[in-house]
Amino acid sequence: MGNEVLARAARAAGATAMYGYPITPGSEVLLWWAKEAGSEKGKKEGMVFVQAEDEIGASFMLLGSVMAGRRSFTVTAGPGNVLMQDAFSMCEAMRIPIVAYINQRGGPSTSTVIYSQSEVTLTAFGGNGNGYRIVYAPSNLQELYDYGIKAFNTAWKYRFPTFLLADGYQAKMMGEVEIYDPHARGIEMVDTERYLLEEKRDRPIDQVVPKPEVHIRLQDGVEYSCYRNCLNLEEETLQVNMEIKEAWDKVAYEIEEHESYGPGQAETLIIASGIVGAAAKQACDQLGGKARLFRPITLRPFPAEALKAAIKGAKRLIVPESAIAQLSRLVKEILYGVTDAPMIEYHRPSIGINVDEIVDLVNRHHV
Amino acid sequence: MSETLAKLAFPKCVRIESKPHLFCPGCGHPEVLKAFGFAVDELGLQRQVAFGVDIGCSLLAFDFFNIDTIETHHGRTVPVMVGIKRGNPQAISVAYVGDGGAYAIGMGSLLNAAIRDENILTIVVNNAVYAMTGGQEAPTTLPGTKTATTPYGADNHFVKGPDLIRHLNPTAWIARGITTRQLGLRKLMKEALEFVKEGKGFAFLEVLSPCTLNWGTIEDPHATFDILENKMASVYKLGHF
Repeated sequence: MGNEVLARAARAAGATAMYGYPITPGSEVLLWWAKEAGSEKGKKEGMVFVQAEDEIGASFMLLGSVMAGRRSFTVTAGPGNVLMQDAFSMCEAMRIPIVAYINQRGGPSTSTVIYSQSEVTLTAFGGNGNGYRIVYAPSNLQELYDYGIKAFNTAWKYRFPTFLLADGYQAKMMGEVEIYDPHARGIEMVDTERYLLEEKRDRPIDQVVPKPEVHIRLQDGVEYSCYRNCLNLEEETLQVNMEIKEAWDKVAYEIEEHESYGPGQAETLIIASGIVGAAAKQACDQLGGKARLFRPITLRPFPAEALKAAIKGAKRLIVPESAIAQLSRLVKEILYGVTDAPMIEYHRPSIGINVDEIVDLVNRHHV
Repeated sequence: MSETLAKLAFPKCVRIESKPHLFCPGCGHPEVLKAFGFAVDELGLQRQVAFGVDIGCSLLAFDFFNIDTIETHHGRTVPVMVGIKRGNPQAISVAYVGDGGAYAIGMGSLLNAAIRDENILTIVVNNAVYAMTGGQEAPTTLPGTKTATTPYGADNHFVKGPDLIRHLNPTAWIARGITTRQLGLRKLMKEALEFVKEGKGFAFLEVLSPCTLNWGTIEDPHATFDILENKMASVYKLGHF
């Protein structure tokens, strides 16, 4: 099951702590982690599992655990994702590399526990400021595992909160997955570091945390780190925002990922993400050269230049998504003034989009 | 302030460069922090303590000490400090919050940390008012008190944190002190820190503390003492629970 794949990915990545609150369709990650952490091996390794009082508690515990230097994560969905934005926003402010697996469910509000792609905007742009965060959108079970591991390395290498944006279908889906030890594949996990009570740092903490938010004091040869979340002046807030943006702009291009699929001369370009992207890929196979796919793997940073290159020669764009205009809004922002090709939006909030539907969609608009 | 005087007046772990402190004249926070600092000195914990401060007046303690400190988010200091302790079991994790942060916005996290017997110390500074936001009603505001949001007087309901937590956790260390008894407060701080250092579980210290600005007594120390010692301490009992 996808949720077990996620839990195994975190374990393989070397995570030793999970803080969560049960919510469908993510709860099985908690179940797996609780069993692992409570086992003899888990106890020996000092693994941590806390079922918190709510998602607010879970996400702030996660933040604290990461500041204590431990590779830690959470899993949530829907209304839980809303509650956790408070902590995620603080992680953006202080560049705290939490990892969160999000399994999208129906919305608005409690809605259905099953499936949607309605948390794209929230996951990529939640928070009450100009936050920067990394969002991967896996499209199948193997990617849940691969990017479930990668999310930890990306978070700790770049020090931005990092999200794996899956959905309820992937979370509950059964299938074959190749489970591997990342070290055996030559994937080295980036070292973690304490924000508080650290004895020795690889790089000064004020090169990570915006300067107005961290004060280092020296007394008797010992360094003390003090972090501020409340600023006094607009100018300080400006500096914090600009420092974070500058750090982001330097590395965003390294983080961007996408998949292009199908014949380059195809007139229709489908832009789809996650599990809808997987369906679109199969649709391309059935359409005999009429359509090709651009699938952003990172929704943030969005692979903008790659998309601009991909639309060359396209006579029309089709954007199917299980939401109302969340992916297409991102696409429009990038393509403003770049192309005259019409965009056909196909919005099915909280409903799966299957291969035949996409094939029909392409055929209907193919001239 | 001269360095010699500062050494006499303050604990060693206090950051002298940030004094005079940022609190209002007559505020109780510096007394609470001083007691905490002396206890830290006495136990030699300056390098082991992770100090978390809430939003509200408690945030002004962010640069009070040379101690690793994190200013968190309103009501979220307890879960952050739980996470720090879980993430780094060697840390002595201390949450420093006001009565609003503890008993209103952060109540869910506080009570559940107590239920789970998290091995942290929570210090609640109870001045019976939301101070930094301009004197609104707190869950601790006593009946009839006029505040910015109770212009006709507060209702008859208020929270007694230590009693509540005792109901939830029979083994926790729980006490209430008052800023006007500095030596007693230091003793309580030391006991509480020792309790968490020895891994005995949840420690909870509430301190009755004046807010001269929002009580309207900034120029009247006698009135301040009357509210603190007579009105508050008669309702909020001092000592161990």
